[in-house]
Amino acid sequence: MAAHGHSDDGTDFAHPMPLPVLLAVFFALVILTIITVAQASLDLGSFDVAVVMGIATIKAILVGAFFMHLIADKPFNIIVFLSSFVFVGLFVIFTLSDSKMTSPAFEPKIDEPAATAGM
Amino acid sequence: MATIDSLSSESETHDEHGHDHDHPAWLAHHFDTPEQQFDSGKLGIWLFLVTEVLFFSGMFCAYAMFRMLRPEVFEGCSQFLNTKLGAINTGVLLFSSLTMAWAVRCAQTEEYKKLVVMIASTLSCAMVFLGVKSIEYSHKWGMGLLPPGSYFYDEANPHPTAQQIVDQHGFSESAAYFLTHSLYFLCAPFLILLIGVAIWAVYSKVTDKQFQYACAKPLLVVCLSFFGGVGLGMILESGGGEHAVAHVDGEHAGDHGDADHAHADHSHDAPAEVAATHAVPAFDIESDDAAIELLAESELNTGARAMLEAKQAQAEMATGQIVAAGVEADLGIHRIEQDVQTKRQAGVFFGIYYCMTGVHAIHILGGIGVLVWLLIRSIRQDFNRQYFGPVDYVGLYWHLVDLIWIYLFPLLYLIR
Repeated sequence: MAAHGHSDDGTDFAHPMPLPVLLAVFFALVILTIITVAQASLDLGSFDVAVVMGIATIKAILVGAFFMHLIADKPFNIIVFLSSFVFVGLFVIFTLSDSKMTSPAFEPKIDEPAATAGM
Repeated sequence: MATIDSLSSESETHDEHGHDHDHPAWLAHHFDTPEQQFDSGKLGIWLFLVTEVLFFSGMFCAYAMFRMLRPEVFEGCSQFLNTKLGAINTGVLLFSSLTMAWAVRCAQTEEYKKLVVMIASTLSCAMVFLGVKSIEYSHKWGMGLLPPGSYFYDEANPHPTAQQIVDQHGFSESAAYFLTHSLYFLCAPFLILLIGVAIWAVYSKVTDKQFQYACAKPLLVVCLSFFGGVGLGMILESGGGEHAVAHVDGEHAGDHGDADHAHADHSHDAPAEVAATHAVPAFDIESDDAAIELLAESELNTGARAMLEAKQAQAEMATGQIVAAGVEADLGIHRIEQDVQTKRQAGVFFGIYYCMTGVHAIHILGGIGVLVWLLIRSIRQDFNRQYFGPVDYVGLYWHLVDLIWIYLFPLLYLIR
């Protein structure tokens, strides 16, 4: 293949991720998974969800940056991908605040028979 | 433009499909350079991933809503999910992400043998994931941990026989058979696949078709790893503590077994007894509703009919309660705390669980499909340092599926 001799004239656009980086990221992900599982047995009270989501987000950033090559990708691709999370945030926040205000009117806290018996 | 000139050694290909300009077979003629082709494809796959993120966000939103409204239901029902199996599946998926990223690297550096090995191991991990998943699903289906409407879990008898499902929970016989034997139904398609690939491998070996044999060999390993996953799931599932209460219709030697058995027998008439002792009106259909039933005989009396239906639904809901089976349970605070396992509330959790993990599993199946295509192309040595786009795109999709699981695992399995 004649195409192979052109790594120096700017046509070679492949940026292979070095193997040690890939392996390091993998082991970091495994360790973070073990930490998530381990923290589930600790009582962190209301910080529980925040801690779990924080660890998951660190893992997601690792996967995105290195496995998905976002660290070396075109800025436009990064903007496109990250913008989706802005809209996810808007969607979830508005739906949750709406349901927080209106749901108690529709949903009994406890199913009917127990409610009559308990209160 | 320099690239096109430099690639002219493959120009003989252009005569075959009638183009009047030079380009290698893998460069579509509407692209100027391989890099332009790669970047266009990459932008396309990123846009697809954006739609995937938004698609899954709908389910995450439903999850967040119900968890906000009923945190105790999520906490209670999460106990039924086996953390060990979830953690193993997380590890398997992370490893498959590693091999996928490695495969992209191999395509870029033109290490063909390694590329095939990496794609095949990604596929095998996907199959192990599905194998473990089918153990989880079949286990829950047998226990009646299903979406609202079909949820029938009963603490007194967590593993009912097919006959009990028909008698006590009103399922048809075929549905009950499916629920108690669901593992066989889940494994059947993969078994057929395995047999097919095995026959193909033998046939291509015998008839000396080198390329087909080279494809069938790794695929055979891939199909086998599904059953490896099933085995792994079985070992881990049987190690769980859930089975302490499972032996209701086992041997009755010990006191404990007898007590359990009596418990199960009571579950038929428990609602009536509860009604007798505590005089909860909703349970006692017979005496209370006699008048309404009489009125409802007439088709015209829609009001009485609706009332009767509502009462029956209420009574049915009540029998789904975990506490109703235990006659001695009091109706105080204790009972209210345990109310997470009513048909409707626990059903909603399992509805969300099956929806999220099921759609995720469908994405795994889709990923397996495109990875098989990649595997065959990589055996054909289609990829080189200027044309590795397909491997990269499939890799991006696969990492997104992994990303979704990274969030699903703690959100579903690790609620305490």
